[in-house]
This record gives sequence, structure tokens and C-alpha cells, in this order.
Amino acid sequence: MSAPSTRRTVDSRGSFCPGPITDLFKAYRQANVGDVIELLATDPAAESDVKAWAEKSGNKVVEVSREKDFLKIVIEIDRKGR
Amino acid sequence: MVYPAFMLANTAATMGYESHIFFTFWGLQVLDKKKVASLKVSPVGNPGMPMPNILGMLPGMTAMATRMLNGKMKKVKMPPIPEMISSAKDLGVKLHACSTTMDVMSVPKENLIPEVDDIIGAATFLQISNGAQTLFI
Repeated sequence: MSAPSTRRTVDSRGSFCPGPITDLFKAYRQANVGDVIELLATDPAAESDVKAWAEKSGNKVVEVSREKDFLKIVIEIDRKGR
Repeated sequence: MVYPAFMLANTAATMGYESHIFFTFWGLQVLDKKKVASLKVSPVGNPGMPMPNILGMLPGMTAMATRMLNGKMKKVKMPPIPEMISSAKDLGVKLHACSTTMDVMSVPKENLIPEVDDIIGAATFLQISNGAQTLFI
């Protein structure tokens, strides 16, 4: 039996590399497969960093949208390592 | 300046890479209980400092450079070094102290912070890092 999937917002605005990845990873540790994490960031490196992280860790970036003055990156948790 | 080492090692660990830091010579003070809380940024010989070396040697300049950097790091929400160390440990990053440096710089084992995994030499580090991406910072 698996827990129902949840969607969680992680606010990394104002934090720079590797802050957003660290914040994302903390949320990832608590998450279950199927969960969705929405990461908000102002760091210009966040988009490519999150994509690199997702590729390496076996997860998926499903949406990147540019809000007024920050990025919203939506990540689907497909695999849990440790 | 130890931030780059922890930024890369900790990020690598979040990506699932096995991650090790080998602290040698000037880097070993990071693992020294007495020094870790008060690490300084030296403006002398520092290519990132917008001033000539001769000015960096003036009294108070190191303190000023340290204050400047700490202020900027805080602004981008970068955790202080002791926090970077505990987060490294939490992520499974291995911290290795260099035995020769301990002898040369007179840092006895008792002075190392408890987060240190082991004391090793060059051959062990080369064996650990064989085939891996190695960065000298």
C-alpha cells in the first residue's frame, strides 16, 4: 500500500547555488515516489542545476515556468535513492 | 577559502555521487576544532580581491575581507562553515585529514573535529579517487 501522492512547495527564493538543490534534496528525502515538488527560485543557475540533479537521480522535471521575478520548477519524484 | 569545496562536495552527494574531501596543508585548519569557527579570508595572494597584495598585508585587512565575505554569504543565504560541515556529514560526504599536514602544522588527533572520518596519506587518497572526478581547491 502506498501513501497518496502529495504536492509540496519549496521556497528557495533569495538563496543561491547550491541552496536550491539543497532545499530540493531535503524535500526529496521526505517525499515518496509519485510526489510532486514545486521549487521556487531566484538563482539563475537553478533551472539547469535542477535538471542535472533530476537526470542524475532518476527524477523528472515536468514544468519550468517563469513567474514575475522568480522561476517555478516542478519536479516529479520517480525514484527514491536513500 | 573553503566554501567551494563544501558547495561541490555537498551538491555531489545530493546527486548520488560518492563524495570525499581530503584536507591537506592550509585546508586542514577546517578540521581543527580551535580554528573552524573562526576561519579567515586572506586578502594576500587572493586573486578574487580587488586590491594589491601590499595593501592586503596592512593590519586589519584580513578581518575586513572576512567580514565582507561573511556578510555577502549571509545575503545569499549561504550557511556558515560549521553548518556546511554538519550538512556534509548528513549527506554522507567523507572527510579525510592528511597525516603529513597534521605533523607539519602540529595538529594532534585530539584537535580534530569529531566529524573527521579518518587520517590518511597520499596513496589512500589516490586509491579512493581512482577513476573519479578529482578537484583541487
